[in-house]
Amino acid sequence: MNEKSDNKLSPIDRISCPVTTSNYDHILLAHGGGGKLTADLIEKAFLPAFGDPALAERHDGAEFNIEGIRLAISTDSFVVTPLFFPGGDIGKLAVFGTLNDLAMCGARPLFLSAAFIIEEGLPLSTVNLVAESMGQAAKKTGIRLVTGDTKVIERKSGNDLYITTTGIGTIEHDLKIFPKSIREGDKIVLSGDIGRHGIAVMACREGFEFETTIESDCAPLWNQVEILLRNDIEIHCLRDLTRGGLATALVEIAEAAGLRLTIDECLIPVNEPVRGACEILGLDPLYVANEGRFVCFVPEKDTAKTLDWLRTIVPEAVVIGQATGTRKHDEAHRHVVMKTALGTTRIIDRLTGEQLPRIC
Amino acid sequence: MKAAKMKFLTEYRNNELVVKYLQAVIKTLRRPWTMMEICGGQTHSILKYGIDQMLPGEITLLHGPGCPVCVTPIELIDKAIALAEIPDVILCTFGDMMRVPGSGGNLLEAKAEGCDIRMVYSPLESIRVAENNLDRRVVFFGIGFETTAPTTALALIQAKKRRLANFSVLSAHVRVPPAIELILSSSENQVQAFLAAGHVCTVMGYREYIPIAEKYNVPIVVTGFEPVDIMQGIYMAIKQLERGAAAVENQYSRVVSKNGNETARKLIDEVFQVESRKWRGIGEIEGGGLAIKPEYAALDAAKIFDLPDENIEESSRCWSGKVLRGLIKPPECPSFTIDCFPEHPLGAPMVSAEGACAAYYNYANSRQGKTNA
Repeated sequence: MNEKSDNKLSPIDRISCPVTTSNYDHILLAHGGGGKLTADLIEKAFLPAFGDPALAERHDGAEFNIEGIRLAISTDSFVVTPLFFPGGDIGKLAVFGTLNDLAMCGARPLFLSAAFIIEEGLPLSTVNLVAESMGQAAKKTGIRLVTGDTKVIERKSGNDLYITTTGIGTIEHDLKIFPKSIREGDKIVLSGDIGRHGIAVMACREGFEFETTIESDCAPLWNQVEILLRNDIEIHCLRDLTRGGLATALVEIAEAAGLRLTIDECLIPVNEPVRGACEILGLDPLYVANEGRFVCFVPEKDTAKTLDWLRTIVPEAVVIGQATGTRKHDEAHRHVVMKTALGTTRIIDRLTGEQLPRIC
Repeated sequence: MKAAKMKFLTEYRNNELVVKYLQAVIKTLRRPWTMMEICGGQTHSILKYGIDQMLPGEITLLHGPGCPVCVTPIELIDKAIALAEIPDVILCTFGDMMRVPGSGGNLLEAKAEGCDIRMVYSPLESIRVAENNLDRRVVFFGIGFETTAPTTALALIQAKKRRLANFSVLSAHVRVPPAIELILSSSENQVQAFLAAGHVCTVMGYREYIPIAEKYNVPIVVTGFEPVDIMQGIYMAIKQLERGAAAVENQYSRVVSKNGNETARKLIDEVFQVESRKWRGIGEIEGGGLAIKPEYAALDAAKIFDLPDENIEESSRCWSGKVLRGLIKPPECPSFTIDCFPEHPLGAPMVSAEGACAAYYNYANSRQGKTNA
C-alpha cells in the first residue's frame, strides 16, 4: 500500500500499514520480546545499516552458496533466568536453539561456535554444569562445538551468564524452504503441544508451584526435519515457535509469504497444566515461547505422509490449519485468522511487547 | 498455586451450551435492547470468542468502565512514576499497570530509564521486597476494584503488625457501584440492563446492587467471564427486559453469594474508607475510590511522600471517556488505529489487558464492532 492510496482508505483499513513509527529513545524490554517493537528495531536499525540482500528473507538463518555447496548460517543469544529450569538449562538451549534455526532452513547442522559472557562471581561449578550440558547436547545431536570465546564482565553489570552460539549446516536437497514457497492450500502441521517452555521458565523464576511440574519442551528438531526430507516430503516452509510463540511465528510467515493463514483453535494442543497456568496468569498460550516445537507447511498431497513420519518421533503432531489464499486489499491486515471454539473468528496479530501477567 | 486439576473451564467454553443459550435468547427476544457488560474481562471474552458475532442484531452490547487501570487518573500514574524516580524507592505493582500511559510515559519506560520498578503477583510479595531491602523504601502501587483491594489491605495490616517502616501503599483502588449509578443517571444513558462483574461480586456480594436496580428500574445480572457465563447472563437479562422486570440476579452462583466474601470485606473495611475519586476519562465520581484510613496514614505513600499534585488534561484526541461510559465503541473513536496504537497509546484502554480498545485491536481490528453500534 502506498502513501497516496492510504488517504482514501477508511480508518479501519489503515490498520494495514506495517508498523507505526516508534519514537522511543531508549531500548525497552519489549524491543527484545519478539513482537512489534522487535520487528521495528530490526527494520529501522539493523536492516538499513547492514544492507545485505540475504537479510531481506527474514528467515531463521541465511543461506549462501560456496562453489555449488548450499550452506546455512544462523546465530542466537541466550539470556534465560534462571539458568537451570525443569526440562533444560541455558547450555542445552544454546546448542538446540541454534541447531533448530539451522534445521528450520532445512540444513543439516554441522558446526557450532559458542561465546560466553560471564559475570564476575559466578560459581565455577555453575560454568562446569552448563559446559557439560552443552557437551551432552552436542553429542546427542552430532553437531560439533568447534570454537568459542570467553569474556568476564564486572559484578552487577550482567545477569550471571549469557551465551551466543553460531552454527553452520549444509543444505542437501533442492527445496527452497522459506515463506515465499508457501502456496494456497498448503497445510500447517504443528509438531506438538505448545507453551511449555515459557511457562516452565516463568514458574521456576517466579517460584510458582503447580500440582504438576511443567517441563520445558526444549529439544533438537533436526531429526524431525531430516525424517521428512529423507521421505521426499515437499516441505515449503519451516519455523520454530520460540519467542512470541505460535501466534507470532504464523504472523511473520503470513506477512513474508503474502498469504492469509487460517487456523482452528480446537486443533491446537495445549496440555492441561499449561492451560491452567495461563488462565491464572492471564496469558495466551498462543504467544508463549517454545523451544522444541515447529510448524511445517506442506502441500495437501504430502500432509498424511508428513503426519505419519513426524508421529514416529512426536506422536502429538497435528494439522492446525492451512494457507487460505492471498489477502484481499481491504483485509490486508488479517494475516492470520483463527476459528474459535465457538465457531466464530478472531484475528491473530503480533503483540506489542512481551505478555505481562494480568492480576487485577 | 494449583493449576493441574483446574475445573469449571472447558465446561464453560462448551459450544453446545453457548448455542443453547443463544437459541433461548433468540426465542425470548421481541424488541431491540442495549446492555452493558461492566467488566473489561468480560469485554475481552466477548471479542476473543466472537460472542458479539453470534448475537442477533437487536442486541447491542456496550462495554463498561470495569477496567481499573483504564480509570486510574493520569495524575496518580504520574505520582507513581515520580515515586519510582526517587533514588532509594522500589516501586512494586501488577503487570496490568506497566503499559498504561501517564502524562509523560509509562512505568515500563521509567524502568528502562533506570527506575527500580518490580512487577509482583501479590501485594504480599512487595512486603517481602521491603523486608529484604531495609535500606530502601518500598511502595506498592495498589490498583484494582474491590477484587484486589482485600490483598492490598492485608499487606497494609501485615506491614503495620511487623512495624515495617520502609513500606507504604499508593492506593488507586476503585469501586464499581458508584460508576454504575453515574452511567444510569446520565442524560446520555442508553443502557437498559447490566451484566455485573463476577469477580467484584465474589468479594462484595450483590446486596449493594439491589437499591440501584430498584431506583433506576434496570435489571442487573451478576455474570462470569467464560462464553457460557456471558451468553447465559445475556439470556437472563433479556428475559427480565422482555417481561419488564428489574431485579438483581446471579448467573455466577458457583462463585458469588449475596454477601460475598465476608473475610475479604472486613479487610477492606479495616484499612480503606470510601472517598471521591477522579476517574480517568470520566471525571469525579462520588464514592468512586478507596482511600487509606487515617489509622494507616504512616503507610500511605500519598501522605508520606511529597508528590506532584497537578491537574492534567487528557488529550482531546482520546475518546476513551466515551468508550468507558458506553457512549461509543472503540472503532468509532477518530484516533483508533489512526494515531492510537498499543505501541503508542493515547489512552489507557488501548494497552490494558481489560481495555475495550485493546480488545477490538487485538481480536477484531477489522470488524468495526457490531454494525448496530
